[in-house]
Amino acid sequence: MMAYIIRRILYAIPILLGVNILTFMLFFVVNSPDDMARMNLGMKRVTPEAVENWKQERGYHLPLLYNSGREGAASITETIFFQKSVKLFKFDFGSSDNGRDIGYDISQRMWPSLAIAIPVLLVGLLVNITYALLIAFFRATYIDFWSVVLCVVMMSISGLFYIIGGQYLVSKLLHLVPISGYDTGLEAIKFLVLPTIIGVIGGIGSGTRWYRTLFLEEINKEYVRTARAKGLSETLVLFRHVLRNALIPILTGVVVVLPLLFMGSLITESFFGIPGLGSYTIDAINSQDFAIVRSMVFLGSVLYILGLILTDISYTVVDPRVRLT
Amino acid sequence: MAGLYKKALIILTAFLVSACTGGSWNNPYPDGDASQSILYSAFSERPKHLDPVRAYSSNEYSFIAQIYEPLLQYHFLDRPYRLEPLAAARMPQVYYLNAAGERIAEQAEPGEIAYSDYWIDIKPGMRYQPHPALARDEQGEFSYHSLTSQQIDAANVLTDFPVTGTREVTAADFYHQIKRLAFPRLNSPIAGVMGDYIVGFSEFGKRVAEQYKTQQQEGAESSYFDLRQHEMEGVEVIDRYRLRIRLKGKYPQFLYWLAMPFFSPMPWEADAFYSQPGLEKRNISLNWYPLGSGPYMLEENNPNLRMILAENPNFHGESYPTTGEPDDERRGLLQSSGEPLPLIKRAIYSLEKESIPYWSKFLQGYYDTSGISSDSFDQAIQFSSQGEIGLTDEMAQKGITLHTAVTTSIFYFGFNMLDSTVGGSTESSRLLRQAISIALDFEEYISIFSNGRGVAAQGPLPPGIFGSRSGAEGVNGYVYDPGDGSQPQRKPIEAAKALMRQAGYPDGRDLKTNKPLILYYDTTATGPDGKARLNWMRKQFAKLGVQLVIRSSDYNRFQDKMREGTGQMYMWGWNADYPDPENFLFLLYGPNGKVEHAGENSSNYRNEEFDRLFVQMKNMENSDERLAIIDRMLEILRHDAPWAWGYFPKAYSLSHAWYGNVKPNLMANNTLKYKSIDPQLRETQRELWNPPVVWPLGLVAAVLLVTVVPAIRMYRQRERSAAR
Repeated sequence: MMAYIIRRILYAIPILLGVNILTFMLFFVVNSPDDMARMNLGMKRVTPEAVENWKQERGYHLPLLYNSGREGAASITETIFFQKSVKLFKFDFGSSDNGRDIGYDISQRMWPSLAIAIPVLLVGLLVNITYALLIAFFRATYIDFWSVVLCVVMMSISGLFYIIGGQYLVSKLLHLVPISGYDTGLEAIKFLVLPTIIGVIGGIGSGTRWYRTLFLEEINKEYVRTARAKGLSETLVLFRHVLRNALIPILTGVVVVLPLLFMGSLITESFFGIPGLGSYTIDAINSQDFAIVRSMVFLGSVLYILGLILTDISYTVVDPRVRLT
Repeated sequence: MAGLYKKALIILTAFLVSACTGGSWNNPYPDGDASQSILYSAFSERPKHLDPVRAYSSNEYSFIAQIYEPLLQYHFLDRPYRLEPLAAARMPQVYYLNAAGERIAEQAEPGEIAYSDYWIDIKPGMRYQPHPALARDEQGEFSYHSLTSQQIDAANVLTDFPVTGTREVTAADFYHQIKRLAFPRLNSPIAGVMGDYIVGFSEFGKRVAEQYKTQQQEGAESSYFDLRQHEMEGVEVIDRYRLRIRLKGKYPQFLYWLAMPFFSPMPWEADAFYSQPGLEKRNISLNWYPLGSGPYMLEENNPNLRMILAENPNFHGESYPTTGEPDDERRGLLQSSGEPLPLIKRAIYSLEKESIPYWSKFLQGYYDTSGISSDSFDQAIQFSSQGEIGLTDEMAQKGITLHTAVTTSIFYFGFNMLDSTVGGSTESSRLLRQAISIALDFEEYISIFSNGRGVAAQGPLPPGIFGSRSGAEGVNGYVYDPGDGSQPQRKPIEAAKALMRQAGYPDGRDLKTNKPLILYYDTTATGPDGKARLNWMRKQFAKLGVQLVIRSSDYNRFQDKMREGTGQMYMWGWNADYPDPENFLFLLYGPNGKVEHAGENSSNYRNEEFDRLFVQMKNMENSDERLAIIDRMLEILRHDAPWAWGYFPKAYSLSHAWYGNVKPNLMANNTLKYKSIDPQLRETQRELWNPPVVWPLGLVAAVLLVTVVPAIRMYRQRERSAAR
């Protein structure tokens, strides 16, 4: 398995390089270094000299991809792309365009993102699996029918509606929790209740439908029929046999998203005023801070690749028939 | 599995219980803060720069203006806006000099004045906030000016340097800050303007830039560059409390600049401390942790969450004004007269990116003030049958107060004067611009897109700025019929069509080509709201039979077009730096043309007479003579119509009954110190407005129960059937 993992890590290098080039190209198609300088320096009384100074200080005075003024390796190394990208592979994110240490900011802002993402994931799993099992148990009854209808309706509603509706109902009308905000330590709990509930409710439709499909697929398999033939109760069949076997796709589906939990949720963080990595990325895009955008895309890619590797590994853990070679 | 459910329930209950202990359940602040004199407000965008050499935008000023004390400030209550000393002991004494350096009379002709000397006395006894940059050990050495790499690596925030110190503000600190404005490495936005006026400013900048470069090339470990070793010709520290600044020629507007945070004292120790290698990488910089002498200091700077201003224990003291406008006493604005400032001891600004949660929290009493977004306008404001603006019953019942003021800003519709169709000084293009000016119904625009919050402009000067006239005298006769002067009437569209015929475009057809006239509007508007605006714009041009082509682009490309002069018509805005007509009229001064001179004249307008009058007017004191010149300048502009003038936005804000001393002051940014809070009233109202409503939770539980019972029954039936 070790050889497999090493091979996958080596495969990741060209992928990351490609992602980096793509990000670079897309960013600089829309924003030139002059635009970035003007955005950073402000809108009023920005002189060409100030723009030039800004670019010079941050290394944006160099050509983008190829430096025709240099010879040999320097024509590649003395470019914005090379200067800004190489350090990423050492996980040195450098400084943002306004001088902040990106690595430190990420280390600070991933915790609020996790503080929402982990409860939403765990409680969501619990609720969705429970509900899906319930529907599977009552399959082909009115409970199954109306639950599926409910799930489809819930899936069709925009996530933004849950957020605004939840804030309006729970905070504005019922006055049960603060409408937005965040704090550190235990004080954070009262701010996390609503986004967690909304995150869970917002995911019930699609999650339950997906798990119901998995359970129903398992329920029709021969080993389930055998279990029933042995005289086991339906509850035991569901919990001891169906759930355990359906856990394989559930687990692998969860593992793949685990690393991405760090990246946060763009809309939720924005509406609830939570200082996580989702809002960090959005702010960077709005302020044309290439250093942060590049770092976050790179980090997202690394975490995604990590998630895929972990998924492969988790297959071998939950299904002994799978071998990684 | 049952155990897991139990645990989940216990955790959820613990969440709810911990969230709901004491006070209102939805209170986002700690219960212990309820009785304290704390202001609660919000910000939507992180301030980029807190260094007074760089900060220039309103969201930056809302913080640093409370922390730094420039030499002058605007009187809080007096109108028209009036400057008064802040860090200065008295208003600067200005002496004029001829080319030989001899003092000449104050009434001397501007042409005779070669230099202006500003003699400035500063208040003795002002001290900086407690700060590690000023901390000294028992031997008198600076505690943190020679940090080791271990100390730097262990620091993530400024409070990781626990020892703080202070010292008195001296004239040398103002001199140091002026040098910082000139230092190119710090990219001050006003370096260009100051270079035009302060003697030796630009030369100083070039010199220190060269020497800094040399220092770095020689492998200096630190980025610290000791500005004390270099002198600027035009600035002299006379003694500990006196400073002289020499300007080229006469520039009365310089006083307004002295009221901006750019001219705050900055101790050299701040630069020496923050320049130590590694600190900036640890996010410890002057841009993040200010060092001021004002009434407040930045206690917490976490702009991703909140920023907290706390009273500066070393503040030298200031009193609430004892005079104001005649109506101020009746409005209770003089109740705090003579009281020591600041009245509020702490201010907590929370990050609130979305307008909906901000508005809801304001209505719940968790923010003391609020603006009014378009979404909440109808909930907050209503118009009487006479068209008067007032609060809705819901707001009035809560004791909320509405404050309105016409801002010192303008949103204008501009023509690119370099364009071959709408630009230039030909009669045809001028009449075309005038026709478009009539057709663009900005009264309608304000009504539709700004909820009536604006005043259609008659020229570039907003009401309240010297030179802006009210009544019939102030009406733009090319676009409006004066009527009785109180409400000028936009000329009928037939008048615009007549102008189009004279211009050679009858019914929107170009007589030269016999084709429909097609004009181009460059904009950054996008989304549904933008689409509505653009449709409105098309409709205005369609009134003249002109086809309008919209060229949408992002803001970067839009700026490129403006810089290159490839746009034809556009809409842009300007927010005044100071309340002087020069700060608006310079937007149309020829040598400020954007294409040729990279200035702020985006229309690239040039008129010799206007430019000559501008030069004459800009250095004059407000007087009848100056007014007459401005009148003539406005007449030239209205005749030439390089802008279709647009509108002056009106600022609407709301405040709760417990928030006192609120008077809109659009020039002053340091008004927090005057504000007051009644925490008892606030707490009472919060509890009244936010009782937790728990019965729906019971209802949800009941509904679940009702749903679950038949399910359980069915489950049992199935279990029994399976057992058979």
